[in-house]
Amino acid sequence: MIYLELFWSFFQIGLFSIGGGYAAMPLIRHQVAEVHRWLTMEQFADIVTIAEMTPGPIAINAATFVGIRVAGPLGAVVATAGCVVPSCLIVMLLGFLYYRFRGLGIVQGILSGLRPAVIAMIASAGISLLRMALFDAEEIPLAMGAVELFPAVLFGVAFALLRMKKVSPMRIIMGTGVIGMIFYFTF
Amino acid sequence: MNNRKKYGVLFWSTFQLSACTFGGGFVIVPLMRKKFVSELGWIGEEEMMDLIAIAQSSPGAIAVNAAVMLGYRVAGVLGALVCVAGTVLPPMGIISAVSVFYAQFRESPLVDAAMSGMLVGVAAVITDVVITMICGVCKQRRILPVAVMLAAFAAVHMLHISMIAVIPACGVIGACDTLCRARRRGVGK
Repeated sequence: MIYLELFWSFFQIGLFSIGGGYAAMPLIRHQVAEVHRWLTMEQFADIVTIAEMTPGPIAINAATFVGIRVAGPLGAVVATAGCVVPSCLIVMLLGFLYYRFRGLGIVQGILSGLRPAVIAMIASAGISLLRMALFDAEEIPLAMGAVELFPAVLFGVAFALLRMKKVSPMRIIMGTGVIGMIFYFTF
Repeated sequence: MNNRKKYGVLFWSTFQLSACTFGGGFVIVPLMRKKFVSELGWIGEEEMMDLIAIAQSSPGAIAVNAAVMLGYRVAGVLGALVCVAGTVLPPMGIISAVSVFYAQFRESPLVDAAMSGMLVGVAAVITDVVITMICGVCKQRRILPVAVMLAAFAAVHMLHISMIAVIPACGVIGACDTLCRARRRGVGK
């Protein structure tokens, strides 16, 4: 049953993505491009890019996009619901406990173990995206000569601007999009 | 303010916040604070900090978690559901529209060029975020978090162990570490 599969996949994404935003990215890749093959790696890269350009959490964006493509509007609703249900239950439980005891000690403890793991996972998904961006392939080609010069330079400049000048990410993404179009027309 | 009006305000506030926030959870949180603490005065400053801490510590999207917490605090379980609906509907609508045009959209070479360019930008943003986060962990000057980070990376990226096994394992390590340190501190007294 496709609706159940969608619900269950996004339920797991909702349940295990701790630390917001980018933390959901590796889990989404795992579920939609590896476990189920609902999206190709290229489509996954597209959805991350679209999610960055539109408002709303990436997990919700991915759930709607995958759901609608795999099983129509109802699929989108089911996938989004799957994504949100774990949050609702857990946050309400924590909220209840908070107003009851006003203490977060053990939660903080668990979180301190999760934070480094989450970073490792974001790094892992980030590396796949970097490969897509620089080599246009998920695997690193054997010959380093396969690196295309244009995206490598663009990446270098974008990264330097982010790090040194603290330019806002939205501007960087818009800027690289425009430069990509200009480059396409001139060469 | 009667309850029905409260639900209306909750829904409309979260809907607007969600529709206008680009850039994810860390952007929506300060805007929520402005709306509910400064403008409406429904929640105290310090309480809001705790609500955000809970939203960030819980699994799921931070924006959704913060909405659940807010709604629950202001108007109970139904309030939480109203806030979640308000938060989720704008991205659902936008992405539905995008997905309808996605096929035609993707075939245009111009869009393809823009998307490849933007992907480079996104990769740069994520690299920047990851480096900042790694620096944050290293600044704690403790071996365990760094070891957990390296081990988790090796497990997921090289050994291809499922994240769904790695995440709870790291949570357990963190909980044990906290308990052990609390006990040691207790003995030291």
